[in-house]
Amino acid sequence: MPHQIQDLRDHIRKAIESQQSRVITPLSSLLAVDDSIGYIPKEAVEEIAKFTKNTVNDVWGVASFYTNFRFTPPKKHTVEVCWGPSCHVRGAPGVLQALLNYFNLAMEGEVEDKNLTLKFNTCLGACSQAPVISINHKLTGGMDAREALKRVKELIRKHD
Amino acid sequence: MTKAYNALFESALEHHEVLDSKLKINVGMAICGEAAGSFEVMEAIRHEVIAQGLDAVVSEVGCLGLCYAEPLVDIQFPGKPRLFYGNVKPENLPSLKQIRVKGKNIPLATLGTPGLPGIPDLYDLPMMIRQVRIALRNVGHIDPTDLHQYIARGGYKALDTALTEMTPDEVIEQVKLSGLRGRGGAAFSTGTKWSFLKSSKASEKYILCNAEEGDPGAFNDKGILESDPHTLIEGMLLAGYATGANYGYVFIRHGHDGPIRRTQIAIEQAYKSGLLGKNILGTGFNFDAEMSLVGESYVSGEETALMEAIEGKRAMPRYRPPFPAAFGVWGKPSNINNIKTLAYIPEIISKGGNWFSEIGVGGSSGTAILCLSGNIKRPGMVEVPMGLTMRAVVEELGGGVPTGKVKFLQTGGPLGGVLGANKLGVKLDFKAMSDAGAILGSGGIIVANESVCAVDMTRLLVAFCQYESCGKCFPCRLGTTHLLEILERMCRFESIPSDMDLMQVVGKEMASASLCGHGQLGFNPVQSALDYFGQEFKIHIEEGRCQTGSCDINFITPTRTRR
Repeated sequence: MPHQIQDLRDHIRKAIESQQSRVITPLSSLLAVDDSIGYIPKEAVEEIAKFTKNTVNDVWGVASFYTNFRFTPPKKHTVEVCWGPSCHVRGAPGVLQALLNYFNLAMEGEVEDKNLTLKFNTCLGACSQAPVISINHKLTGGMDAREALKRVKELIRKHD
Repeated sequence: MTKAYNALFESALEHHEVLDSKLKINVGMAICGEAAGSFEVMEAIRHEVIAQGLDAVVSEVGCLGLCYAEPLVDIQFPGKPRLFYGNVKPENLPSLKQIRVKGKNIPLATLGTPGLPGIPDLYDLPMMIRQVRIALRNVGHIDPTDLHQYIARGGYKALDTALTEMTPDEVIEQVKLSGLRGRGGAAFSTGTKWSFLKSSKASEKYILCNAEEGDPGAFNDKGILESDPHTLIEGMLLAGYATGANYGYVFIRHGHDGPIRRTQIAIEQAYKSGLLGKNILGTGFNFDAEMSLVGESYVSGEETALMEAIEGKRAMPRYRPPFPAAFGVWGKPSNINNIKTLAYIPEIISKGGNWFSEIGVGGSSGTAILCLSGNIKRPGMVEVPMGLTMRAVVEELGGGVPTGKVKFLQTGGPLGGVLGANKLGVKLDFKAMSDAGAILGSGGIIVANESVCAVDMTRLLVAFCQYESCGKCFPCRLGTTHLLEILERMCRFESIPSDMDLMQVVGKEMASASLCGHGQLGFNPVQSALDYFGQEFKIHIEEGRCQTGSCDINFITPTRTRR
C-alpha cells in the first residue's frame, strides 16, 4: 500500500510538472491531474499546494468550486445527459427519466454494479442535435428514451 | 507587403494547386457533426478511399452551419463543382468515383460553376440565401488545421497590411468607424474598449479572447474555433497591435476537445510560420499567445471572473472599478473580447470600417451570428445582417417549427429570458431586442412550440441560474435558490397566490445587489415569462393544472449548488 501511494504521488507530480503553460496555477494543475488520472485525490491537492506555493485549503477551494472535478476514482463508464433548454424542449426529460429508472437512481450518481457514473450536464454544446447524451465523452444526438437505453445497454454488454 | 507574408502566400497557393489537382473530400467534424455520427462516416470514407485506391485528400472541416444536414460530406472531383451531401451514413456513402445525380445519394447543394441541373447552389439554399458571411466566411470551407488554406483565402493579409501600412491608432480608428459592438452580450463599442487599453502606459498588457460559452443553445464561439481558428488568432494579433498588448489568452472550457485541439494546432502553426512570437513577419512586432482552460463554471465567462480563473482561482467576479483596462489579469491592463467580435476584425481591416458599418442598421452594424436550436426544422449556425426580423430568421432560414406554431423564443442564453411569438417581428438589433425585453446576448435562439409549458421552461432556466451561481453575492446565491423553490412549487401545483409577489421582491433584490450580470439578470427569465405568459402562471397557481400537460410528470433537476 505505501508504495502505491508513492506511485500515485509520482504520477501526480509528473502531471503537474509537465504543463506547458507560462504560469502554472492551482486550476491548471487540477485540470492536468484530472486529465492524467481522472480524479483529484487528496495527494493531488497536497502536491499542487506545494508546487504552486498555496495552502492546501486554497487548492481545495478551487477544486470544490468547479463542478467537473471528482474526488474519488472514476467509474469505468461515464454517461452524461444534457438538460439544457434546447435538449429540454426536444425531450431530454424523457431520456433522463428512462436512464434514472433503468439504473434505479433518483438523481445523478454512481451505479456500482455497472461500474458507471450517470451525470447531468448543463450543456454538452451540440444543441443543434438535441437531445444529446455523451457516452464516455463521445457525443450522440437525436436521442429519445428508447435509443438512449439501447446505447447504454450496448455499452454495458460490450464490457461485461 | 512584407517579404515574409509574400513567401507564406506563395507557398499557400502552391499547396492549393496541389490540392486542386486531387479528389477532395471534406467531412464536417465539428461538435454538431460528432453528435450526428460524423466519426463513423469519416472512418467509412477513409476505408473506401484505401479500398478503391483513390488519390484523394480527405480532411476534417468544421461546421458549415447547416447542422440539420450533418453528417455533411463535401466532395470535389478535380475541375468540377463541389458537391454537398447531407445526412450521410456509413452504409450510404455517396459515390467517390463519379458525380451521380440520380438514386439515393442526391447532393443537397453544389458550389462552383457550372453547377448541376436540378441541384441548388449552396448559397441559394433557404438557410443560406439571406446570410452575409463575414466572421463565418471560412467555416466549413477550409481544413481548420491547415494554415495554407486560411492564407490562400486571404488570411493574415489584414495583419500584414496593418503592420506595414497602418499605425495602431489607424487600426483603432477603422474599428471605431465600423461601429462594431461586442458580441459577447454587453454590446460595448469594441473600438472604444481598445482605446482604453491603448491609453494605458503599462509595458505588460493582455488581450483575452473569451470562448467560455456556457450558454446552453449557443455554440458559435466553439463553432468558429473548431472551424476557422486562424481567424481568431489574426483578430487577436490585430487587437494586440492596436492596443500595444503583447500577450493573448484564448479562454475556453476544459473538455471541449475539438475546439481546444484545433486552436492549439493553429497557435503552434502560427508560431512556426512567424505569425506569433518575436518579430512577427519581420516587422518588429512581438506577440505571444496560449490557451487557458477552465473547469465547468458558467460565471467564468464574466470578464472579471475570467481573469480570476486564468490566475487559477475560483471563477468569481471582482469588484469594478478598477476596470480591466486598468487592472486586469495578473493585475495588468487587459482587454476582453468575445471570439465572434475578434473574428470580424480581419475583414474590417481588409475592407475598411465604412464597409462594415454599411451592413446592418444604425446602432447595430454588421451581422449577427446566431445558433438555431430547439423545435425548429433546420437547426444550425447562421450569420445574417443586423436588422433582419426574428421571423425571417426562424421561419425562412430555420424553416419554422416542425409541428404546431412557435410559442416563444429563448434568446441570448438562460439569462436572456423568453420572447413571445407575438414579438417575432422584432428586428435583430441591440436596442430593439432590449426594448422587447430580450437580449441578443451570445446569439443562441431556442425555439419552443406550443407543447412547451412556459412555467416549466422558466423553472428550467432558473434551475440553470441557481446551479451556476458562483455564490459570491448572497442575493444571487439565495435569490436563485428561492426563485427555484417557488417555481418548483408551481410546477407541482402547490404554490399560493402570494408566491407571485414574493418572486418580484426576490427578483428586485437580486438585480440591485449582485456584482455581476448573473445575479443582475437572474430574474430576467421569470419577468419575461410573466410578461408574455402571466396567464399560464395564474392557471398553475389558481386552477392547479398545466395547459400543455408537461407539468404532470415529476420533473428532474440537478440539486448540486456551489457553496
